[in-house]
Amino acid sequence: MVMEEFGHQTVLEIFEGPLDLLLYLIRKNEVDIYDIPIQKITEQYLVYLDLMKMLDLDIAGEFLAMAANLMYIKSRLLLPEEERAELEEDEDDPRWELVRQLLEYRQFKGLSERLHEMEVAQEDYYTRADQRPDPTPASEQPIEEISIFVLLDAFSRVLLEADKRLPAEMEPDSFTQEDGRARVLERVGDKTRVPFIALFAPDESRTRIVVIFLALLHLIQQKMVRVVQDRHFGQIMIEKLEGAVNPVPAEEEAS
Amino acid sequence: MNDDERSGEETLKETAAPAAAAPDLRGVVEALLFASSEPLSSARLASLASCEEGEVSPGAVTAVIRELEAEYRELGRAFEVTRVANGYRLRTRREFAGYVQRMFNPRRYTRLSLATLETLAIIAYKQPITKLEIETIRGVGVDGVLKTLLDRELAKVVGQKEVIGRPYLYGTGERFLEHFGLSSLQDLPLVEEQEPAAPRRLSSSSDLREAAPVEEAAADEFPARDLDRQPGDEHD
Repeated sequence: MVMEEFGHQTVLEIFEGPLDLLLYLIRKNEVDIYDIPIQKITEQYLVYLDLMKMLDLDIAGEFLAMAANLMYIKSRLLLPEEERAELEEDEDDPRWELVRQLLEYRQFKGLSERLHEMEVAQEDYYTRADQRPDPTPASEQPIEEISIFVLLDAFSRVLLEADKRLPAEMEPDSFTQEDGRARVLERVGDKTRVPFIALFAPDESRTRIVVIFLALLHLIQQKMVRVVQDRHFGQIMIEKLEGAVNPVPAEEEAS
Repeated sequence: MNDDERSGEETLKETAAPAAAAPDLRGVVEALLFASSEPLSSARLASLASCEEGEVSPGAVTAVIRELEAEYRELGRAFEVTRVANGYRLRTRREFAGYVQRMFNPRRYTRLSLATLETLAIIAYKQPITKLEIETIRGVGVDGVLKTLLDRELAKVVGQKEVIGRPYLYGTGERFLEHFGLSSLQDLPLVEEQEPAAPRRLSSSSDLREAAPVEEAAADEFPARDLDRQPGDEHD
């Protein structure tokens, strides 16, 4: 894959699963969860899967299992109805089990949002300080999170633009992970917020786009920058994080 | 700030002054609540307040706490009694949050990540539940997240399921109610009713009709979709 050329080894962990991706796609396409256009959603799901593979993200095996499941459902739907009825004695819509799973998961996502509001509300009240040390190491302290899928979406659009603009590149490029990292930090600079698009030069090559994007993901994980999305315009903005002192050197990338 | 100091002195006077005689129950309870870093139940307060001269009933404690609440309110104190996790504790009133927070700069992080919250929500509403059952709902592994929850005592092992392998069953932990400011599990937000789970039959599936065009369209159409219609409400 692409990344091998850059000696890329670090694996970024993805905290969201296949159900998150499906719910994301259902919302993005504004389709009815009870009547999921499996064909369309499967196509898109696979595109995201490819993007994640290309970036060498640590994709849980569940993503692949879900891809298989989607394709199975799709194949079922393609059967003439009489045949399908023979195969499945309960005659259920082959999508049903998935829908049930998505609904249940969505319900818990909603509940966890409520819980989040409750824990935030608690922050306004102070009690006698707890003597126990906070067991959450700094690196795990959450910041406002943005879905990896939103980022991948933005990334794929930049990539697509580059593909339209440039012929497939042949020339080798010595642009390294470190360069990508420096680029992001330089662009973010002292400004409070920079649009995602501004990380890339107008004529950025495909490989560089990939490298810069990966560097961004690492910086997010290292809590050096964070990504916020403007609610009204959906613009993705990159922001330097307060107190982001010079980070863990990216020694893993060096090779 | 000034409020803090003043109320501190007053509390000191109240509790320390009558120390020679048997202090009144109100003072005792106030002292215990003041000094404790954890919520105290009325039963616990009653047993701590009891001495040779007499047993104190939890009921008497509850009555005294109501008096304290009223007193703080009337005097406009900076703190209040709150009921959390089947116990009582003192906390500063909300309007002082900004000032107290300055003292704790950089701020104390207690928020959970989304993945952790989701897992905890599943545990809270489905307990007792095994790891595998949680993973089935979330669609991904929960090892790391579960460890965080156990470490923070937001979840705990409550038993083992009587199936092959006797997997652990998880439930909410000691600090769960406190973390969310709940006095009991009954106070958890209600689960919204889902649409009844009857599968819609595919008569002439919309799915199949659109199948053909999408195939070609998908490649370039999909990633270019504008995000703007999706103000990122999926995540926060």
